[in-house]
Amino acid sequence: MGLYPKAIFRFMGDRGLLIEFGDEISHEVNEKVRRMALAIQAEAIEGILETVPTYRSLLIIYNPLILSIDHLKKRMQQIEEGLQQTPFPEPKLRRIPVVYGGSYGPDLDFVAEYHRISSEEVIRLHCSKPYFIYMIGFIPGFPYMGELPEALVTPRLKTPRLLVPVGSVAIAKSQTGIYPMESPGGWQIIGRTPIRLFDPEREPPALFQMGNLVQFFPISEEEFEIWSE
Amino acid sequence: MERIEAFEVLEPGMLTTIQDSGRYGFSQFGVPPSGALDNFSFRVANLLAGNQEGEACLETTIMGLKLKALNEMVIAITGGDLSPTLNGEHLDMWRVHLLVEGDIIAFKRARSGCRAYLAVSGGFAVPKIMGSRSTNLSSRFGGLEGRALRRGDILKRFDCPSPLKRLGFRFPSDGIPLFEKEVVLRVTSGPQDHHFTEKGSQTFYSSSYQVTPQCDRMGVRLEGPKIARRSDVEESIISEGLISGAVQVPGNGKPIIILNELVTGGYTKIATVISTDLPKVAQLKPGDHVHFESISIKEAHRLLGEQEELLRSFKHFIEGR
Repeated sequence: MGLYPKAIFRFMGDRGLLIEFGDEISHEVNEKVRRMALAIQAEAIEGILETVPTYRSLLIIYNPLILSIDHLKKRMQQIEEGLQQTPFPEPKLRRIPVVYGGSYGPDLDFVAEYHRISSEEVIRLHCSKPYFIYMIGFIPGFPYMGELPEALVTPRLKTPRLLVPVGSVAIAKSQTGIYPMESPGGWQIIGRTPIRLFDPEREPPALFQMGNLVQFFPISEEEFEIWSE
Repeated sequence: MERIEAFEVLEPGMLTTIQDSGRYGFSQFGVPPSGALDNFSFRVANLLAGNQEGEACLETTIMGLKLKALNEMVIAITGGDLSPTLNGEHLDMWRVHLLVEGDIIAFKRARSGCRAYLAVSGGFAVPKIMGSRSTNLSSRFGGLEGRALRRGDILKRFDCPSPLKRLGFRFPSDGIPLFEKEVVLRVTSGPQDHHFTEKGSQTFYSSSYQVTPQCDRMGVRLEGPKIARRSDVEESIISEGLISGAVQVPGNGKPIIILNELVTGGYTKIATVISTDLPKVAQLKPGDHVHFESISIKEAHRLLGEQEELLRSFKHFIEGR
């Protein structure tokens, strides 16, 4: 079905309004989420505490004592109807250096064997195109990006790791991501980047935003050390 | 504002963190709100101590916290009854107290509830990170160096004139919530109630669920009858935003109530606990029992308005003193 002709509103309790734009992970649906999030931010509506944009929906967290649910729904419908007129920023591309394999990417060999290709081919394919950031979530600053080349689509680990090192570059199904901090995690780790993705004291705290593009390029261990400094 | 030493941590207890009213506006970067879980008790503690209602407090869990006062200051303790004492003697909760240098505050054991709040006049002085002083434990920022309190920590507070006129003042006893071992949590259905069978929904609303030991600031995992899902829908959904109180039902059919440390998730949510009942969720302990009762959104908003009115009139009253 893809993009719904009109967004579906669902209640998440007495402070959450979930606006769903489609039933799939696609650029079209995600772009509508992003357009809507930007339009709502631009309006600075009193009583909206938070907007949580994800793959195909936007969660509005509001204070019902300031903003009534009926009024909120009406405003959201109006904004949706006027969406085409809102200006939309061009996606920014960021190139991210990665050391692949070895202790930096313990699952690189498994991924290569799984697809019956060489590790070099996995690296070449992973670096072959820019990836679209669908959302930031799970842990602060973690970008969910897609789509991987068909030849790299790999299932998650059967047993998640208790501790994934900071900067780990990983893949799962048709997505790729980067762990901005130490965390448990179930994705296949193929490399590591020295770039700091999340810093609570930075403004904004996260390097990436949804809707932007990321392209990876391979570096050596020596270069990793230099980048880290 | 000047910072002065307030407490030395003699024992940190099971888990004690600095929390304020939460961190909002950063979920687009994957940052959850954190903040005091029992928002009602937290706000009352601040009002009693002469603060704005959202200042940074201590949130302490179950038992064991022991503090030495390093200066004279006004405090209040609210929330779950963790048997607080002052120099070994029982200390009234929901009441304004004056501490002098050398006084020892200790929390002995949980008589009811799970989390207590200690507010100090001026509020605890830690830096604001992304607009909030709350501790985010899993990402290690905010609060005191992004971590739980440790033995030997020195806690500072912002200096302010002590609200001495308020000493001995109490929160009205009929307004103090009771934290029982059997709790009814009111919920509004959805957002994915349509993923469950009618029988599954009946199971959810008619059964008693027990709180398991997997119960922390992320969420409360429950044990009880399995909630049946429709056969034509998948167990997981495309990841979406989360709010505290959301009742997730993962593949095993056992509900989990989400709290303040998650921003997105990919499990279906059969219902969401109303804001007014979130303090009851914050005060659940392993072994407690939970029943869910469905109400309308309008009713939930009316109840929230009532609670807000209680706090507003108390604020008005205490600020006049």
